[in-house]
Amino acid sequence: MTNSKYDLVVVGAGPGGYVAAIRASQLGLNAAIVERESVGGVCLNWGCIPTKALLRSAEVGHLLNNLEAYGFSADNVSFDIKKIVQRSRNVAKQLSSGVSHLLKKNKVTVIMGSASLKKKSGGEFNIEVLQEDKTYFNLKSTNVIMATGARAKSLPNIVPDREDIWTYKEAMVPNTLPKSILVIGSGAIGIEFASFYNDLGVDVTVVEVLDRILPAEDIDISKFACKSFVKQGIKIKTSSMVKSLKKSKAKISVQIETAAGSEEVSVEKVIMAVGITGNTENLGLENTAAEVSNGQLVVDKWGATKEPGLYAIGDLVGAPWLAHKASHEGVICAERIAGIENVHPLDTSNIPGCTYSRPQVASVGLTQKLAEDAGYKVRVGHFPFVGNGKAIALGETDGFVKTVFDAKTGELLGAHMIGAEVTEMIQGYTVARTLETTESELLNTVFPHPTLSEMMHESVLDAFDRAIHI
Amino acid sequence: MSIQILMPALSPTMTEGNLVAWLKKEGDNVVSGEVLAEIETDKATMEVEAVDEGVLGKILVPSGTEGVSVNAPIAILLEEGEDISSLKVDLESPVSNNSRSSKVSPEKAEVELEKDVSIISDITPSDGNATNSRNFPASLPTKKDDDRIKASPLARRMAMHAGLDLAQIAGSGPNGRIIKADIDQLLSNGQDSKASLSKSVIEGPDTQSSINYDAVPNSGMRKVIASRLTESKQTAPHFYMTVDCNIDALKLVRKELNEKVEGTKISINDLIIRAAAIALKRVPEANASWTEDATLLYKSIDISVAVAIDGGLITPIIKNAGAKGLQQISSEMKDLANRAREGKLMPEEYKGGTFSISNLGMYGVKEFSAVINPPQGAILAVGAGEERPIIKDGAVTAATLMSCTLSVDHRVVDGAVGARFLSTFKGLIEDPLTMLL
Repeated sequence: MTNSKYDLVVVGAGPGGYVAAIRASQLGLNAAIVERESVGGVCLNWGCIPTKALLRSAEVGHLLNNLEAYGFSADNVSFDIKKIVQRSRNVAKQLSSGVSHLLKKNKVTVIMGSASLKKKSGGEFNIEVLQEDKTYFNLKSTNVIMATGARAKSLPNIVPDREDIWTYKEAMVPNTLPKSILVIGSGAIGIEFASFYNDLGVDVTVVEVLDRILPAEDIDISKFACKSFVKQGIKIKTSSMVKSLKKSKAKISVQIETAAGSEEVSVEKVIMAVGITGNTENLGLENTAAEVSNGQLVVDKWGATKEPGLYAIGDLVGAPWLAHKASHEGVICAERIAGIENVHPLDTSNIPGCTYSRPQVASVGLTQKLAEDAGYKVRVGHFPFVGNGKAIALGETDGFVKTVFDAKTGELLGAHMIGAEVTEMIQGYTVARTLETTESELLNTVFPHPTLSEMMHESVLDAFDRAIHI
Repeated sequence: MSIQILMPALSPTMTEGNLVAWLKKEGDNVVSGEVLAEIETDKATMEVEAVDEGVLGKILVPSGTEGVSVNAPIAILLEEGEDISSLKVDLESPVSNNSRSSKVSPEKAEVELEKDVSIISDITPSDGNATNSRNFPASLPTKKDDDRIKASPLARRMAMHAGLDLAQIAGSGPNGRIIKADIDQLLSNGQDSKASLSKSVIEGPDTQSSINYDAVPNSGMRKVIASRLTESKQTAPHFYMTVDCNIDALKLVRKELNEKVEGTKISINDLIIRAAAIALKRVPEANASWTEDATLLYKSIDISVAVAIDGGLITPIIKNAGAKGLQQISSEMKDLANRAREGKLMPEEYKGGTFSISNLGMYGVKEFSAVINPPQGAILAVGAGEERPIIKDGAVTAATLMSCTLSVDHRVVDGAVGARFLSTFKGLIEDPLTMLL
């Protein structure tokens, strides 16, 4: 750390921050990144990646419980939650050190500590970093990108105590498997934990304030997911609110207000998954012209705040709270700072969303309802997993692919999928949307047989009354 | 940081232009405000001035290139101390997206283009230490594959539905690709008419024919005349009405004015402009345009006057003519006509206008019907003043008559309105003292 003057200092080394720093360095900027906890951020250490490792274990468990369907039998199948958690932690660790290596390879200076902006001097930012050993370290930089991410939101009457009332973080590293869990919120995070714990045999209840689970998804997807989870044994209470929690010995009594009236549920643990809020505090933003509104830093389409030279990206600037959105914003931001020509702002309508529950959910673009509300006359196609050869061979016949087109122009307005491996398939439609293809190109694309992706083709065919296999 | 000089848009509807000539060479110093190049737009030749100062590092679009898209990089300006090797240019910026014009343009231009469009594809770190000397990579993209217009399938289909010609649209997507947003914007601006040339204009004459001819490349002006007048005749239902005006009195008044007022040289045409302006004031329904949603009744009387110039014609505008006296109309008209012939009009001086006058009297034309200049609603075609026999008080006598034909867009102006305008105009011309006030 001999050089404490930089072209760019990135605060926060999550998927937004580290990507921005690497891109900036590729473009010849002298870049440093400050991280208070672990390189890779929530995504890598406490989010996307470790949960995928947990869900993989749950999937293996599910297969083991259904071995006979595939001609196998096994006795005394058992699991150890500690080992499942350990595997998840090892995966996160492997990737975190991978990111550290990438930063080093790209000559980005990594500084561990908490950064705070002081008053600018000589047109430059002064950044004070409080290091773990309680000493301060000062940096100067022409530009700063804030990428400090977000944390779980709490409700006024329900504050996570980290023992019995968990956030995603505690839910990811249980010491023992609870007998019952209440999940508050049915977005991607809530549903993934519900699915994980249910597959491990925990009695799971999900409470959602809106009238359907996965409320950001297409209504058909929400309905199908709900049916599927209920069949698996998850209890789902929509249009419901948790009124109060009462902790007693080894039990939590939860008062839930449902459409049908008030009811009480007794659970061992509660997982809060009601959304997230930006980490805007203690960054020294009061020393700048940047504005904070509703727990988010206010930025323009390039990530620029009101303070010249100060940018922000990722969860800190708002929805969709997705790692891939943050990374993409990081690249755009770094390229703008480096003065690259022809940088295009992020088109948020082309950001896919994935939920890795069983069944998986993936979508991009507008739901049918949003498309219709926006005044489009739509053509809609459906294709069920049960009509697909590969799905039947896999023993994964639950799910469907839905496509929504503008009847007038043939634009693919949205695609919505539920079922096995759909999170790996949504990119096909995302590429299609980014390239602005119409139904014509999709109809004329040859999909390999036998694959699940053939359903993507059939769904488009169906939208234009040409489906073959249904 | 090097600065890309982009093809400027000299008017809101301009999508491409011809790069006529560079007035600076590579390596020349340039200060802000200096003229770098001449560009031929729809109707005029314009000068491109430098905004920043520096050294002209690289000319990307050589002199004589036609159909250069607006916002395409045409040159690169280096700042002080910067080396040419630190240049980085978007690889596939559309230099020319008009395939036909590049075919008819001299071969030399194409060769120069291939040689000149040097591009460094790698991004050089801007740490100021770029020390490579003039060392361009050998593999250069050429514009041979000009015919391909980059557009998304969706944009293509939307353009087809809207009847837009993709070749006339500047794309805002990656590498100048035309995307949905570009079409949406064009449609919402309602400027589709400007961007869409009719098919016959695009394809040009039948080149298979064995008849001998010289292919004169269409200038920007010719293309605009072709597209706008084709559009006018195809969309505006024209009808025509003619009046004969006795201009004996008018000639007399003009003679007296020019003799008695020192330094004044009012023309018949000036008087016609004045009379038309007053007539429009009295019959404001004739000062109107058709749009799909509404008929626009203009509050200002801006008269476009057709002026023949080399290679075509242009219509400089006497703005707010209803509020201007004869002397002012006369001196403005002289100035506009002179500068029109020199190709030095600014776009705002010939774009717009609410009513047109075309006068071919000086060529001895007795009478003719003009094509309406869209989106205007009417045009007055003025013939020569000539001695003709008339019957006055039961006897044949001679008078100087001038036939004026009004072409009217029937969507906005009906026969009775047109007739009222013409009779008011005729009254003013025949009793000129009433228009002097």
